[in-house]
Amino acid sequence: MTQTSTTASTPVRVIRGARVAGGGPDPTDILIRDGAIAAMGGDASPGADSEAVEVIDATGLIALPGLVDLHTHLREPGREDAETVATGARAAAMGGYSSVHAMANTDPVADSAGVVEQVWRLGRDAGYCDVQPVGAVTRGLEGQQLAELGAMADSVAEVRVFSDDGVCVSDALLMRRALEYVKAFGGVIAQHAQEPRLTEGAQMNEGVVSDRLGLGGWPAVAEEAIIARDCLLAEHVGSRLHICHVSTSGSVQIIRWAKSRGCDVTAEVAPHHLLLTDDLAASYDPVFKVNPPLRTAEDVSALREGLADGTIDCVATDHAPHPIEAKETEWSNAAMGMVGLESALSVVQHTMVDTGLLDWAGVADRMSFAPARIGRLSGHGRPIAPGEPANITLYDAGATREIDPAALVSKSGNTPYRGMRLPGSVAATLLRGTPTVLEGKVQ
Amino acid sequence: MRHLLSAEDLSYDEAILVLDTAKELAQLSGRSVKKFPTLRGRTVVNLFYEDSTRTRTSFELAAKRLSADVINFSAKGSSVTKGEGLKDSALTLQAMGADGVVIRHSASGAAHRLANWVDGAVVNAGDGTHEHPTQALLDAFTMRERMGDLAGLRVTIVGDVLHSRVARSNVVLLHTLGAEVTLVAPPTLVPVSVHTWPCAVSYRLDDVLPKTDVVMMLRVQAERMKDAFFPTAREYSRRYGLDRERFAKLPSDAIVMHPGPMIRGMEISAEVADSPRSTITEQVTNGLSVRMAVLYLLLGGSESALRNQEAQG
Repeated sequence: MTQTSTTASTPVRVIRGARVAGGGPDPTDILIRDGAIAAMGGDASPGADSEAVEVIDATGLIALPGLVDLHTHLREPGREDAETVATGARAAAMGGYSSVHAMANTDPVADSAGVVEQVWRLGRDAGYCDVQPVGAVTRGLEGQQLAELGAMADSVAEVRVFSDDGVCVSDALLMRRALEYVKAFGGVIAQHAQEPRLTEGAQMNEGVVSDRLGLGGWPAVAEEAIIARDCLLAEHVGSRLHICHVSTSGSVQIIRWAKSRGCDVTAEVAPHHLLLTDDLAASYDPVFKVNPPLRTAEDVSALREGLADGTIDCVATDHAPHPIEAKETEWSNAAMGMVGLESALSVVQHTMVDTGLLDWAGVADRMSFAPARIGRLSGHGRPIAPGEPANITLYDAGATREIDPAALVSKSGNTPYRGMRLPGSVAATLLRGTPTVLEGKVQ
Repeated sequence: MRHLLSAEDLSYDEAILVLDTAKELAQLSGRSVKKFPTLRGRTVVNLFYEDSTRTRTSFELAAKRLSADVINFSAKGSSVTKGEGLKDSALTLQAMGADGVVIRHSASGAAHRLANWVDGAVVNAGDGTHEHPTQALLDAFTMRERMGDLAGLRVTIVGDVLHSRVARSNVVLLHTLGAEVTLVAPPTLVPVSVHTWPCAVSYRLDDVLPKTDVVMMLRVQAERMKDAFFPTAREYSRRYGLDRERFAKLPSDAIVMHPGPMIRGMEISAEVADSPRSTITEQVTNGLSVRMAVLYLLLGGSESALRNQEAQG
């Protein structure tokens, strides 16, 4: 990919020869002016009145709508040694994202208008992608009292997604009240489904491998029981429910059943749950320790199928950066979570596209349209069409790369794909027409 | 074999080599001078993150009998309590030139992690609820001494299998050696995937005892009782304790084992624990020989220990 430019004052950009995901079979040109798509195809000539034109040669590349992540941990405020809003947003841009939702389990917790506005401003100032804060459901994530959900919704951050992610809202009555309360401003409760008593001391998926390794088991039913309960609650009160990082075959079945009943439930799956299985824990390397844990091959298969048929609405990274010392320790002492922003699209290609389960239009839906719809974002998850915001990811599906933690833009290198060869590479990411990544490099 | 991290590390031949070596070394303990020079100049570190006076002493004495220099590194009062992680401790030991590290740790997999960070041989002296391979070896040694060949031997392991590293290692090793293992416990104290283990499972001790050559009682960890694994200590004792009546259901030549420390009256009655068919104190004695064998084979060589010793004069 090359870029040529003339003297710029108000840059007009033309993407040459990209194949639009879900568009026709032929490559097309995309004219971008004032941050929006001005024209496409034969009409995409900049015209004689253009002051400056930058051309992005996208021959052989796929144009996807800028990716949207519903589930990112940016760690700021509080754990800036692991990630900051700026470094996380840079990593997101490298992964093809134009928008990420920053989870609320920071320190202090994002449970007030002040904190969500701080995160929102840090994201805006960093400029790599739009950072949309998630608000906590309960004060301090303590599961005792509702946080000021309305104040967060009314703040400049316009919070619409609320989650205590990291911990489950396990009190059924509190969950019911939260679901009801956010109806006033079109919010959604994103539940981290984990029955706490069933997962006390849990270290990995409960099953053959945990029994062999002597690590405390996290049974699938601890996730499934909460999902079933919450689907029924959401149905009862007529609210929107979103299930974070679905990880088991049984969960997929329950969500499919709930949707068939008309329950307004959506769900996400993390890339690592589409690829990795719990037998990796046999190395006792905590880079594979994550919550919910890696499950079995049968679960992986069910999750792929659920994502393909739309039971699971979207892919969300659950990007969870940690400093080295949090992972280079005994398994049971290690932090849970893995980074994922920069590898998500490659993992989805590997597990869903290269296997024939999803085409690129499907990827656009699961990684951009659907998460934007769930998060009620107006400027993202829009089709690549004239008049739409120019949030675009150009992706080289024919490339392959070996994942090197040291080469990641994220501040932390806790990737489970270390040394693995994965397909695809993000060539460029445009945020409202301005490249945040170009020729595979952060701008 | 570079390390002994798990009973799974041992092939049949390797396990037999350890047991045969231990047998030879046991004969030496009858001599007036019990020490011999095989590991002279070698350094063995006992890295104990969990209190265990018996196991630590057993390893310490085993290493000293082989003339190794022994350093006891206990978590209490050490840099560990100041926040030093396992990796830093490992790097310190590495810098000190430890040839062997014996580790006891509350975290499953700690021995595996340590083996990635040090050049010396690592011996797992118990890691969390994972494994305790030298305990399994000393149990197998004891059974071999009392009952002969382990092939076809019917071994019943009773109690808190779920949290027992001893049970886990024993199931694996005894299967490798050809014994038939049956686990007996309330269903709450059996791992969910036990059907994939190379053993049978029963919830009724009375049914199994008549078909048992060796009954191994496990320690019931008092701290588990509050977690509702079983209703009361009394009910547990009634259903799974080994008292005189149950003992009578065993074949007349069957033996009774316990890794200790035991709760008399609940897991096992005093009369059974002190009977001539109980091997509880022998197990402790045999532990020394087995640990000497393990250290010898990992740090000394693969020849017969006794021949080696005799060659050295």
